[in-house]
Amino acid sequence: MVTPTPRPRDVVLLGAQRWDSTLGSVVRGLDCDGPIALITAGWRDREDEDEELRNHLACKTVNLRLYHRSDEVNARDGDLAKAHRAKQTKLRHKQDFYRIRLEHELAANHVIRQRRAPPEVLEEEEGASVAAIRALDAYHYDQCERIHQEFEEAEGLYERPVIKEHREQLAEALAGCNAVAIAGGHVAALLNRMRLFGIRELLTNQSVFAWSGGGMVVSERIVLFHDSPPQGPGASEVLGAGLGLVPGVVVLPHPRTRLRLDDRERVGLLARRFDPAQCLAFPEGAHVTYQGGELVRPSSVIRLRRDGSYAPFEADPSEGNPGDGNSGEEQPT
Amino acid sequence: MTTAIRELVAAGPSANVDEWMKGKTFPLVEGKNATLVWRGDADEVRLRHFIFGLETSQPLARIEGTNLWYLEVEIPPRSRVEYKLEVRRGETNKWIRDPLNPHRAHDPFGANSVLQGAGYTIPVWTQPDPKARAGLLEPFSIHSEAFGEDRRGHLYLPPRFRRTRQYPLLVIHDGSDYMRFAGMKTVLDNLIERLEIPPLIAVFLDSPDRLREYANDERHARFVTEELAPRLAERLPLLDTPRGRCLMGASFGGVAALSTAVRYPNYWGRLLLQSGSFAFTDIGHQNHRGPLFNPVVSFMNAFREDPKAISERVFVSCGVYESLIYENRSLVPLLDETGMQVRFVEARDGHNWENWRDRSREGLSWLFPGPLLMIYE
Repeated sequence: MVTPTPRPRDVVLLGAQRWDSTLGSVVRGLDCDGPIALITAGWRDREDEDEELRNHLACKTVNLRLYHRSDEVNARDGDLAKAHRAKQTKLRHKQDFYRIRLEHELAANHVIRQRRAPPEVLEEEEGASVAAIRALDAYHYDQCERIHQEFEEAEGLYERPVIKEHREQLAEALAGCNAVAIAGGHVAALLNRMRLFGIRELLTNQSVFAWSGGGMVVSERIVLFHDSPPQGPGASEVLGAGLGLVPGVVVLPHPRTRLRLDDRERVGLLARRFDPAQCLAFPEGAHVTYQGGELVRPSSVIRLRRDGSYAPFEADPSEGNPGDGNSGEEQPT
Repeated sequence: MTTAIRELVAAGPSANVDEWMKGKTFPLVEGKNATLVWRGDADEVRLRHFIFGLETSQPLARIEGTNLWYLEVEIPPRSRVEYKLEVRRGETNKWIRDPLNPHRAHDPFGANSVLQGAGYTIPVWTQPDPKARAGLLEPFSIHSEAFGEDRRGHLYLPPRFRRTRQYPLLVIHDGSDYMRFAGMKTVLDNLIERLEIPPLIAVFLDSPDRLREYANDERHARFVTEELAPRLAERLPLLDTPRGRCLMGASFGGVAALSTAVRYPNYWGRLLLQSGSFAFTDIGHQNHRGPLFNPVVSFMNAFREDPKAISERVFVSCGVYESLIYENRSLVPLLDETGMQVRFVEARDGHNWENWRDRSREGLSWLFPGPLLMIYE
């Protein structure tokens, strides 16, 4: 569904909240005293176990219960549920094939980097290798988006009675809230439900607070990552489009356990794959606000750089803030 | 020879041993060389270890004019070697743990000292993590028709267990030993917390007569498959597919796992076999390991004669310092030929619980991949 929609007032991206919960102070720092709509669909069947979160926010809250609503949709609209399952199956296959090709492209890049050759040849070939990876990422992103859109259009998603009914309820609930808090968890479960109910289009002028996987879902491109998994090479992969509330940023929560920041090859490659988007890592306690088209008031956010280094993210437009078009051409580093 | 001991040997009887020992950690390890050191009065001191292929007993030398004994050994990087020192005074022989070495490994027979090669560190995921949510462990007893008596063990429910979800089942032979000596409850808590394996239900199963019941005993296979698993499925939300069921075991426990899967093909879709006692003979049925192994040899010979796919994924690990490395290496190509997915991992370690602990992450996360790429809490 492509309809022009008002953007939320502010979108605050935060690091994980379980051990260093800064959400409450950040919310209060924006003079937001509720009511706050909660989206905890990433917790799946634990969606309702939000007592700790509500206590932390210490204001009136309304859990939108998207996970449970989607269960009800599936129960009431069998045709839609069947079409949704078919779409998910197609997406899973696409992800598998993308992963197969991606691992080969990443392995090729690694091999090229180890080879000895005249610098200008090496630079050119390594650059071509990164371009191939970027092309593959972009292809997969487009493929996933096409599948989502075809599903939404073919099923007349937002015209179906059960969806309309829930959207009306959700719009009413949101109208009474001046902020939305989006928790992390299972990013595909969260994304699917936010898309199912067209949450992005229902947001009016609420502030949005999104942490961990929630931050990934509100960005425009979701990148799954883990540099040190127990199996496999740890290839970061595109899951598809997010809600696009914060453009130009790849959100990377849990960097201390998921990223090898001391590995310049990995850090640099990740930054170059998604350039001009900025790869921003959010340790616990980190946050940054997207306001008026810019990222402002960063705290403890880490920016991955193309040269393989990393540094505290500073809200300086010359650093290439989202939307400023400072993409730079693809240069091997 | 390590630099430190070379200096001491060169000093000879005039060596100030007290001074030399200050600030050092023992055994001394430099690259591939290690020096074991013992201090005291004795007629003879020997290293007793359990490395297959090396002399199991090697004498330490005394530096003349001192009561310091030492022995140079090769210790490849990242190795773990368990050992004791045998100290003889007159007619009295005592096997002791190395008093200078703080590293110990425990097993049902007591504890050994551990010589750690350069680069070996105890994996962090084996240590209690205060940030990891804890699963629930409760003892259980179940009456077995197959055995005509009760069987005991412990049931592990994962952190944040919910009846609305479906969980894989992991049956662990020698369960109490896996818990006590391989820290398997901690390992499960940590791997689940790290999303490296999905939340799962585990049964830590014990046997009152493991050498008999684990050696291809039809009663054990029937008990585990026809009694234990179905009864658990009645009261717990278990995945009802082969890929949701795993048998795990070490040594004879590995034989129990494999032989149970052979008796019930395609029921147990995951096997985790650690240092399995897969003794076989290429001709005849005489084996050098003794009569306890006779039923194992009969089973393995039959399986080797006509290997069949009995599971989907099989993870096999073995230490290169244990004699069973031969049997395990020999088994892998046979398993492979059947079309099952097989992964084999060797480690510079021996036939012991910490080897099995250290390999458990690789095995479990391959058999049951966790959702770490998809979940960001």
